[in-house]
Amino acid sequence: MRHNISVRVNGMVEEHEVEPHVSLLTFLRETLDLTGAKEGCNEGECGSCMVLLDGKAVNACLTLAVEVDGHEITTIEGVGDAKRLHPLQSAFLKNHAVQCGFCTPGMIMTTLGLIAENPAPTEQEIKVALAGNLCRCTGYRQIIDAIQEGAEAMRQEGSVK
Amino acid sequence: MRKHNVVGHAPLRVDGLEKVTGAALYTGDLKFPRMLHAHVVRSPHAHAIVRGVNVEKAKAVPGVRAVVTGRDFPLHTGIYLKDQTIFAIDRVRFVGDPVAAVAAETPEAAMEAARLVEVDYEPLPAVLSVLDGIKEGAPLVHPDMGKYTVESWITPKPGTNICNHLKVRKGDYEGALKKCKHVIENTFTVPQVQHVPMEPHIVVARVDQSGRVEVHTSAQSPFTVRHLLCACFGLSHGDVEVIVPTVGGGFGGKAGINLEPIAVALAMRTNGRPVKFAVTRSEEFYATVVRQGLTATLVSGVDESGRIQAQKLHYLWDCGGYGGYGVNVVRAAGYTCGGSYSFPNVQGDSIGVYTNRPVGSAYRGFGMQEIHWALEQQMDRVAHELGIDPVEFRLINCLKPGRTTVTGQVLEEGSGRIDLCIEEVKKAMGPRGDKVPFKGRGVACAVKAPAMPNNAASSVLLKFAEDETLEILISGTDMGQGLATVSAQYAAEVLRLPMDKIRVRMRPRTDLSPYDWQTVASRQTFATGNAVLKAAEDCKRQLIDMAAEAWGINASDADARLYLEDCKVHDRESGRALTYESLVMGYQFSDGHTIGGPVASAKSFVPEGLLFLDPETSQCSKPVATWTFGTQGVDITVDPDTGAVTIDRLVACYDVGQVVNPGMIRGQAFGGMVQGVGTGTMEELVLDPVTGAPKNASFMDYKIPTALDIPTEMEASFVETPQPDGPLGARGVGEHTMIPTPAAIANALYDACGIRLDSMPITAEKVLAALKAKKEGEKK
Repeated sequence: MRHNISVRVNGMVEEHEVEPHVSLLTFLRETLDLTGAKEGCNEGECGSCMVLLDGKAVNACLTLAVEVDGHEITTIEGVGDAKRLHPLQSAFLKNHAVQCGFCTPGMIMTTLGLIAENPAPTEQEIKVALAGNLCRCTGYRQIIDAIQEGAEAMRQEGSVK
Repeated sequence: MRKHNVVGHAPLRVDGLEKVTGAALYTGDLKFPRMLHAHVVRSPHAHAIVRGVNVEKAKAVPGVRAVVTGRDFPLHTGIYLKDQTIFAIDRVRFVGDPVAAVAAETPEAAMEAARLVEVDYEPLPAVLSVLDGIKEGAPLVHPDMGKYTVESWITPKPGTNICNHLKVRKGDYEGALKKCKHVIENTFTVPQVQHVPMEPHIVVARVDQSGRVEVHTSAQSPFTVRHLLCACFGLSHGDVEVIVPTVGGGFGGKAGINLEPIAVALAMRTNGRPVKFAVTRSEEFYATVVRQGLTATLVSGVDESGRIQAQKLHYLWDCGGYGGYGVNVVRAAGYTCGGSYSFPNVQGDSIGVYTNRPVGSAYRGFGMQEIHWALEQQMDRVAHELGIDPVEFRLINCLKPGRTTVTGQVLEEGSGRIDLCIEEVKKAMGPRGDKVPFKGRGVACAVKAPAMPNNAASSVLLKFAEDETLEILISGTDMGQGLATVSAQYAAEVLRLPMDKIRVRMRPRTDLSPYDWQTVASRQTFATGNAVLKAAEDCKRQLIDMAAEAWGINASDADARLYLEDCKVHDRESGRALTYESLVMGYQFSDGHTIGGPVASAKSFVPEGLLFLDPETSQCSKPVATWTFGTQGVDITVDPDTGAVTIDRLVACYDVGQVVNPGMIRGQAFGGMVQGVGTGTMEELVLDPVTGAPKNASFMDYKIPTALDIPTEMEASFVETPQPDGPLGARGVGEHTMIPTPAAIANALYDACGIRLDSMPITAEKVLAALKAKKEGEKK
C-alpha cells in the first residue's frame, strides 16, 4: 500500500506517494535526487545520512519516509551554497576539517542540531554529540576545531543565542 | 622565512566547497537511465569444492535480467599474482568468496534471486590460521599455484601455501649472534583488520552494443582497474573506459581491482543496461579486502655498548584466500624488515601464506604498521633489558646518513633523518617528571618507502584556457588526502598564478586523462608533484619564449630579463609586461600575424635509478624511490580497575622534506594517528575459529574511533630535510602517520604498569587480564 506524504524539504513542499518501507534516506536520494545525505551503513551507526527533522538531527536511514509526513526536513543542500556559505561550512573549510568529504554533510547536520540546543558547546559536548558520526580520514581534531569556530561565528552573527 | 610563495602555505582545499555543500558526486550519487542492481552470491564455507551451481530458480524471479557464475568467466586477475577468477569456479577459499551474481530491476529482486541460487558445496578442511597454513601437509588453498601468471619478483612456492617469500641476508647473522652478550627473542601478532572507508565499495558498469565497457567506480587507481579488467576479460585497453568520481576514502582498500569485474561480468549480459553493484557495510568488512594478519618472531643480539649486532626478523603473513595484491605487502615488509635501524648482520624472512580467511591487501602503511608493532616493541624490550633509556637506545641504533639499511643501501642526508625526528619528539614530550603509578610514556619510530614497481609512472597535462585559467589533468585520485590541492599549489608556485585561476580536473577517466599507475604508497605528492612541476616549467618556458619573441629579445637573454608575476610576463629592463591572457592562445602582433599557440604541456615522472633486489639476499643499493621517517611519542593513563587505556597526549614528527600544505598535512597526521589508535586499541576482524565466518562484520560490533576516542592532546611537527629528487624537496607522508602509534602505546603500557601485550589490539580486557596475571605472578 502506498501513502501520500507532504513534507517541507529545505523550504519546498514535496508531495509524493511512497511505499511504507522506504526510508527517509532513500526518499531523499532516489525520489528527490538530494544526494548530499550519504549511505555509509544503512543501520544508524555511522551518521553519514544525518538530516534535521524539525530542527533535530536524525539518521535518515533509520527514519521512514511516511514518518516525516507533515514535518520539516533540512538536508545539507538546504544549509548554504557556494555564494552564501553557512558559517559552519566556512569553518569546516578554513580548518581543513574536510578530507574525503563523505562524512562531512552528516557532521554538519549533527552540529547544526547540537548548536540549536546548545549554542556554545564545550569540546567534550561536541565530542559527545559527534559520537554517532564516524569519520575515518581526519581524526576529528580539525572537525572539533571547526565546530568551535563555526559556533562562535553563528553566535556573533546572531543566528543562535 | 618561507622559501616559496604557495608551496609551504595553506590554501584551502580546491575540492572543499563542493564537499561542505554536499554537492560532490560520489559513485553512488550518479544516476544512469535503466540502471539495474546487482547482488552477489557468496560462499558460506571457508573452504569447499563447488560441485555445481543451479541458477534456474533465480532466473525465474520477476525483474531478474542476468545471472552469471564462475564457468562463464574463466580468466584470472590479480595485480602481481593472477590467482583469482571473477567468481569461484570449482573451489571457494573464504567465507564471502563470490560464486555467482544477479542483476535485477530492483535491489530487492536481486537479493531475492541471489538467495535462490543453489550451490552444491563439498566442504574441505580449512586453513584458518597462518601457523596451520605453513604446516607440512596443510590443506592447499591453491593447488594450481604453479599454473598462475606471476611477476618475476614474486616467488610463490607451488605445492605449499606460500604465495611469496622474500629473503634478506646481510652480513653474517649466525656468526654475529654467537658473539653477542645479550640475545632477546619475542613473538608478536597482528590480526586482520578492515580499512573502513566511510564510502563502501561501489561500481556502475555498462557494456554498449559495440562491446565498449564503461566503468564508474570508487577506486584509487583507474588505469590499474582498466589494465586488470582487460586481463580478466581478454579485452583491448581501447575498449575499456574507467571513470573515478569523488572517492569517499580508500586507505588501500580501493587500490588495485575490487568489485569492478563482477559488475562488468553482469553488464556483459544485460544488453546495454548499466549495472550498479554496491556492497553493504557488512560485506565491506569481510568480502572486499582486509589488512593481512602478521605473526612476527624477532631475535636481537646486542653487544656491550648497546649496539644490535645481529638481528633476525621472521614475518609470517596471513594473506587470506587470494594473494594477488598482498604478495607485494610481503615483499615490502621484507626489504623494510629492519625499520628505522641499522643492523650490521641481518637474517630477514617475509613469507606470505594463503589461508581460508578474508583476502589480504594493501592498507595504509602497506605492512609497515604491522612490522613496526613487532620491531618497535622489540627495541623497547632490548633497551629495558640492557638498562638503556629507550629513546637513547633508538638514537644509538637508528639509521643515519652513512649507515646501511637491511638491503645494504647506504643512506645519505637526502634520505631523511630519523634521528632528528626522535630528538624533536623527545623535546615535544618534555621532561618525564616523577613516576606516577599507571601513567606511562612510550615512543616508537616508523619508516616506509613507496612499495611499487620500479617503473611506476605518473603523468599530467597542463593547459591554459582562453581567460588564462590553468586546467590540470591528473589521474592520481584525491580520496581526501589532498592531491588536487597539492598539484594546484605546485603549478601556482611555478607559474605565479593565484589558486583561484587553477582548476584541477578531479574525475580521472582513462580515455581522456593522462596515465597514472596507482594512487597508493604515499607516492602521489612525489610523483604527480614532480610531473606537475615539469609541465609547469614547460608552460613557463613557452610563455617566456613567446614574450621574448613578441618584444624582439634574444632567446639567450630571455631568462635573465623576463620573469613571471601576477599572471604577466615582465621585462626587468624595460618594465614592459604582457598578460598571460594575451599569450596563452598564441601572441598576435599588431599586423595580425601570430606566434606560438595554445600553451599546454604533458609531462610524466618515473623515479630514476631504481634497481631490482638480489633474488637470494635482497641486497640492493637503491631498491626504492624515497624513505620517509618519523617518530611518535605517547603519554597514557591506565585504569587499574577496568584496564582501559586513556591516551593523554600523542605527539608525532615526520621528516617530509618539504611541507606542501601545513593545514592539510596536519589532517594527514591526525587522521593517521587516530587510525593508529583504532588498530592499536580496538580493531580486529574476528572470525569463528571453526567455520571461518565473520563474527563482527558491522559497526555495532567492529568499533572504529569516534570523536570520544581521540587522544586528549595531539600534536604534529615536521622536519624538512629536502629529498633531492622530490618536488621542491617533498616526500610522501600519507600512510606513515599511522605506522608507529600502536607500538608507542604498547611501550607506554609497559612504562605505566610493567605489562607487555604481544598481540594487537591493546584492549581493556587484555590489559586487565595482564594486570591480574602480573599481580598473581608477584604473589608467587
